[in-house]
Amino acid sequence: MAKNIQVNIVEEKTKGGVKSRRLVAYIVLGITCFFCLIWFYVLLINATRYHGEIKSGFSALPSSYLFYNLKNALTGTKPILQGMINSVIISTCTAVLCVYFSAMTAYAIHAYNFRLKKLIFTFILAIMMIPTQVTALGFLQLVDNMKLNDSFIPLIVPSIASPIVFFYIKQYMESSLPHELLEAARIDGAGEIRIYNTIVLPLMVPAMAVQAIFSFVSSWNNYFIPALVLTKDDKKKTLPILIAELRNTDYANNDLGKVYATIAFSIFPVIVIYLILSKYIVGGLAAGSVKG
Amino acid sequence: MKKKNRSVVSYNKWGYIFLIPFTVTFIIFQLIPLVSTVVNSFYINYRDGLETVVKFNGVQNYVKIFTEDHVLRNFGNTMIMWIMGFIPQIVISLLFAAWFSDPSLRLKGQRFFKTVIYLPNLIMAAAFSMLFFTLFAQEGPVNNIMESIQRLFGVLKEGEAYTPYDFMAHTGSVRGLVALMNCLMWFGNTTILLLAGMMGIDTSLFEAAEVDGATSNQIFWRITLPILRPILIYVMITSLIGGLQMFDVPQILTNGSGQPNNTSMTLIMQLKAHLYSKNYGVGGALSVILFFITGILSLIVFKFNGRTDEYGKA
Repeated sequence: MAKNIQVNIVEEKTKGGVKSRRLVAYIVLGITCFFCLIWFYVLLINATRYHGEIKSGFSALPSSYLFYNLKNALTGTKPILQGMINSVIISTCTAVLCVYFSAMTAYAIHAYNFRLKKLIFTFILAIMMIPTQVTALGFLQLVDNMKLNDSFIPLIVPSIASPIVFFYIKQYMESSLPHELLEAARIDGAGEIRIYNTIVLPLMVPAMAVQAIFSFVSSWNNYFIPALVLTKDDKKKTLPILIAELRNTDYANNDLGKVYATIAFSIFPVIVIYLILSKYIVGGLAAGSVKG
Repeated sequence: MKKKNRSVVSYNKWGYIFLIPFTVTFIIFQLIPLVSTVVNSFYINYRDGLETVVKFNGVQNYVKIFTEDHVLRNFGNTMIMWIMGFIPQIVISLLFAAWFSDPSLRLKGQRFFKTVIYLPNLIMAAAFSMLFFTLFAQEGPVNNIMESIQRLFGVLKEGEAYTPYDFMAHTGSVRGLVALMNCLMWFGNTTILLLAGMMGIDTSLFEAAEVDGATSNQIFWRITLPILRPILIYVMITSLIGGLQMFDVPQILTNGSGQPNNTSMTLIMQLKAHLYSKNYGVGGALSVILFFITGILSLIVFKFNGRTDEYGKA
């Protein structure tokens, strides 16, 4: 109570200042939001316009060629629809494997005491920041030797070892998985694998959901490794590769309506899903960073 | 801390069992590739007729990337584009985080603003880059709008033709576009990180300062920033590590050419070119150098992480 009164007194003194500062904040935030969204607005508008209309100049109002452009994009030489299906398959499998096994790794470190525990934990933290690019060369040779070129396996399976996801779930476990619960389950005679699958996993759902979204998105957006692994068969390529090839082909001869429709096709599904899940995504980010 | 009784000890072998998937995957897909990358960096391979010849090459590959392969130039390009994007990013993020966390401002619609500013982070960099390429093309909407503005203000006379600005032909504009995209994609993420740090600061510090008559400017510079220092350094170094990996945006914007005149060629674009042409010796040497740079930077982050943890517990 006393605190509130004090704060109120201070506020009275600087009320005018606060008001003008608030106004400035809203204006700057508004302008920034405009610059975050304008590109997608132009993309949406141009995806609805005919090639000739786009060439003749910019308009803020949509036209009526959206389905025409989309049809062109989907039936063009590049298998965009197949690309999206490939991306969905790879990203979904990556997210599921990554989250399931990262939680398992976190559980191993959290729930058990063994001699190498500290060493392994430190090691996993140490390799957290090493980017995939620096091992890409050896990785590609390995993929070559395993005859896994143009296969989804080398894009999915490595996600089992994801130190960052492991770390996030480990932090979450510390606050929400009491050791007593595990002891109780053991006394009831449950096996260790069963304890993990039926007791630990359900408790980890909030943390796993957030991380599943992030690993889905990063796999969905990944371009560097897939572009080097999926090189030959067009039908195996993911969306980012096909988008990049759009840039490779003689850009000036492209139907611009089709180009915009293709980009829109790869961007807007993510935006829609993000808007639906934004509460969890933005909240999950902050939660992770407080703990990390 | 955790007192173990005898019966629990026998369960502990399960710790190792549950670690098997991670360990096996790590060894196969990360450790072996890392070792073979390092080994490759000391060999040279070239085609002789139909056969690929592999020969030991000592440190020649390392010499080559510095003398012929312009690794320093590309490192410079990468750093310039990173800094051009990072400075506005950290300034905007600090400002927004300070506003969002300021109790006296009581901004409404915070969730809306956070949702919008984080949105670009989730967009596929490849598609975002392609979009910018299309928007900033000579016949693209940005040039159209610039033309309209010039006509509106009479810079262009009636009947005078507009010469479109070729964004892809100037060093400044290509680097600027890359920086703009990186900034747009990452400032929301940084804002949320810094905001979390600011929310963690004991509010009684602010209240005490306010009672003592400190202005919000003074509070920001004298209290918030010093306390935030570890998080700021963490943000900066992780962003630097991300910056060194800069690839998708400049690669697709310039179609891998690093135009104009290789001034937007980044380290990873160079690596990708070597990998694509199976130039494994030089590519390996480049990877090893990148590995050491990120390794050193990670160690610094690692140290700071330890310190922030201690701070959080204290």
